Amino acid sequence: MVLIRDLAVQGVQMLLVLAMAPLLTGLVRKLKARLMRRRGASVIQPYRDLLRLLRKDVVLAENASPLFRAAPYLIFAFTWVAAALVPTFATGLTFSWSADLIAIIALLGGARFFLALAGMDVGTAFGGIGTSREVMIASLAEPAMIMIVFTLALVAGSTQLSTVAAVFDSGVGLRVSLGLALIALVMVAIAENGRVPIDNPATHLELTMVHESMILEYSGRHLALIELASSLQLLLYVSLIACVFAPWTMASADAGAGAFAFGMAGWLGKLAASAALLAVFETSIAKMRVFRVPVFLGASLMLGLLGTLLLFVTKSF
Amino acid sequence: MATVLSLAAIAILFATSGIAVVMARAGARLTGFVYGVCLAATTALLAAGAVRLLSAGSAETLVLPLGLPWIGANFRLDALSALFLVIVNLGAAAACLYALGYGRHETEPARVLPFYPAFLAAMNLVVLADDAFTFLLSWESMSLASWALVMAHHRVAENAHAGYVYLVMASAGTLALLLAFGLLAGPDGHYAFGAIRGAAISPAIAAGVLFLVLIGAGSKAGLYPLHAWLPLAHPAAPSHVSALMSGVMTKVAIYGFIRVVFDLAGAAPEWWWSLPVLALGAVTATMGILYATLQSDLKRLLAYSTVENVGVVFIGLGLALAFKTSGMPAVAALAMTAGLFHALNHSLFKSLLFFGAGSVLAATGARELDKLGGLIHRMPHTAMAVLVGVVAISALPPLNGFASEWLTFQAILLSPDLPQWGLKIMVPAVGALLALSAALVAAAFIKAYGIVFLGRPRSPAAGNARETDRFSRAAMFILAGLCLAAGILPGLVIDALAPVVHDMIGAHMPTQSAIPWLSIVPVGESRSSYNGLLVFIFIGISALAAVYGIHRFASRAVRTAPAWDCGFPVADPATQYSAGSFSQPIRRVFATPIFRAREEVAMPPPGDLSLARFNVHLSDVAWETLYRPLASAVDFAAMRLNHFQFLTIRRYLSLVFAALVTLLLVLAIWS
Repeated sequence: MVLIRDLAVQGVQMLLVLAMAPLLTGLVRKLKARLMRRRGASVIQPYRDLLRLLRKDVVLAENASPLFRAAPYLIFAFTWVAAALVPTFATGLTFSWSADLIAIIALLGGARFFLALAGMDVGTAFGGIGTSREVMIASLAEPAMIMIVFTLALVAGSTQLSTVAAVFDSGVGLRVSLGLALIALVMVAIAENGRVPIDNPATHLELTMVHESMILEYSGRHLALIELASSLQLLLYVSLIACVFAPWTMASADAGAGAFAFGMAGWLGKLAASAALLAVFETSIAKMRVFRVPVFLGASLMLGLLGTLLLFVTKSF
Repeated sequence: MATVLSLAAIAILFATSGIAVVMARAGARLTGFVYGVCLAATTALLAAGAVRLLSAGSAETLVLPLGLPWIGANFRLDALSALFLVIVNLGAAAACLYALGYGRHETEPARVLPFYPAFLAAMNLVVLADDAFTFLLSWESMSLASWALVMAHHRVAENAHAGYVYLVMASAGTLALLLAFGLLAGPDGHYAFGAIRGAAISPAIAAGVLFLVLIGAGSKAGLYPLHAWLPLAHPAAPSHVSALMSGVMTKVAIYGFIRVVFDLAGAAPEWWWSLPVLALGAVTATMGILYATLQSDLKRLLAYSTVENVGVVFIGLGLALAFKTSGMPAVAALAMTAGLFHALNHSLFKSLLFFGAGSVLAATGARELDKLGGLIHRMPHTAMAVLVGVVAISALPPLNGFASEWLTFQAILLSPDLPQWGLKIMVPAVGALLALSAALVAAAFIKAYGIVFLGRPRSPAAGNARETDRFSRAAMFILAGLCLAAGILPGLVIDALAPVVHDMIGAHMPTQSAIPWLSIVPVGESRSSYNGLLVFIFIGISALAAVYGIHRFASRAVRTAPAWDCGFPVADPATQYSAGSFSQPIRRVFATPIFRAREEVAMPPPGDLSLARFNVHLSDVAWETLYRPLASAVDFAAMRLNHFQFLTIRRYLSLVFAALVTLLLVLAIWS
């Protein structure tokens, strides 16, 4: 009985992230439009786009390989599994121990790996430019992320997200290294999700695209899955930051329905707040040149390393 | 019993070498015979190693009346030897199976067949040797046999150069090991490992041993900056030998390092021993993969990636040394397990990738990335197997590369408890470099796979490639299957490594196979856990559910059309990204400061109709700062000493006399 209940909670979490991801994307777009004094599309427009894409035929490039057709499903599966393992409204779910924070980062790395390969599959110049830039960005963002994970794990004494959230909830005080980690994590999240100033998700100018030029050859249901995966990734990073740095509302897995409802309301509030912050940030900054990106991400890597180093050095006191 | 069987199999390998020399003219039948016998012998050795590893027992020893008359040839099969017998012969058996098909493409089989069994036999002997003489003799035979294989296509000038560099470096490495064993044996000359283990050595001598072993074993394994020969020699050999050299011989070198530092040196290691090991490991990992990312030759890219993986293994070993000498055996066992696990993993996926490169080479005749492309359409099975290898080496879950890197990260996360300040500062930097190299591996292999197998053919040869033979495919799929198995059941591998780790450290990781759901839990459940099997199942179910749901409820129609490419009309395959353009962003970010990479555009003046050229100059820092000065010093000394060759007999005699007197004087003053 307990097992069935636990599995049900885990299932709710999986479907919840899937259902909420396009809404978050739509909310950010709406808020950005309002800040630019446009009316903007409805917040549920991403759902309509997904449905429209799903119903359309796939137009496949003539020399696309089977890998090109399999990649969207793999990208979606890797991202969905990763997103479902980050605590949202409750911690300590049934399968939360099957992958820790390092494994979640690696799962996102897997999604990116197949996306990058798919970008090279058809053999066009734009696919190559997108992939080549994406791996350059990833080669800096991923180590930065690992250093952030180190910082969090050293403070909490664990790489399990549920444990980290529980430790941070019980109070670890204000720490310099955690401040550094927060700044670095936000920078990495911006880069990994292809937001301004690293990449512009709304761009239509080919030479400035990174993510968009990798998926240029995709259409129909394949494109829908990739769009859904990138929404899921944004949701994942927002949930991750909320889970670690604002864990206050989360219920534990054996709590009652009331606690779950409170946790859910808290999580939705956090999503809305982060969407607002992201929209304000994106409208107040311009996209940077591709070769300025290493400076941005290098700073984030250094912040992460500094946080870790501080913890190593202060451990003996 | 297992030892006798192993030695018999090794004797058969040597005999096969002899037969191959005698029967050099037999042609294709000899190829099948040699690789068939080698396959049988290595499978027997693999079985012997596996049985010994899984049945916990005491070490078996055997003395044969060969070698030095007063000690004979000593052999010993303990847990460490058994593990490396498994690693060596797993790779070797796969290479033999692969060569049953691939070996038929060889133009001059008489230059490969006699040396191949001898190379296998020598690697096995190194692992079994239990005295310094047998060890060094086998080590040197291994070097020479592999040198002969590197020189198989000696008419290519590049290969001859590679062979020369390899010979020089291998001799220097063996010399360093010879001196290391000399120091360990002491003035009384106990060359048997049993006697060396018992002897106590002073700290100064122990430091010398560490230094010499790092040079001797490190140069064979490919530690930076002693890696210089490796990316030249490994690609020069036939592909199944490249796989053996990269996947297996580097592991034999790692075995040598572990045997000396963790076993023979006994209680001598102090905490600072881990500093050079960690530093070299981290630098090797980062530099190796940076070079790999910039290569435009498929086999050389793989060889540089071997350098990176050796660095990762040495990081694990360095951490194990640090924890062991600081009195934290449980964590030391974790780090040691991570290093050994990664060594096993690397032998699996690197052999697989070299087999793939060999199949591509046989099908197209090209190793240069810029002549390949689109092979996933022409060689779907090879492409599938290589994809598994590429995902595994990029440390992505749920395959095996991730499991061992995850364990290494867990060990790093436990190191703030180390008491020494030197290590407290060093380990986070090592962790950052490890994370950086892990991310760059994915970049390097997206480049390799994307350019070789995806896209459109860049040359007619690539467009007309044919799928490889069934032996080669079988070898690749077996290795791909093992990569998957080790990735989703890491707990079983960790348990199999436990006796080895226990011998070397005195402790081992908690038994993993008893944990529910086959998770791995290195320290405690609340601290960290990972379950490859569940992650694999989750990904599978999610992907299949997406496929089913979409095809059932949405659309399944497909239309084909020309590629869109933003309406770009030129269909020339040359418009695709090339190896150089793909790595240009990474080259600008990393290589310009580190390798002094320079880009030059040679633009003709206006009115001149000649082509503009774009050149990239990369210089290897190790060549420039270490080898070139050394080579010029040797040249200088040789020039200076040249006139000693043209003296009269009278002067030679007086020189001999002067040398004798000087030596006697030194001896008189010394004692």
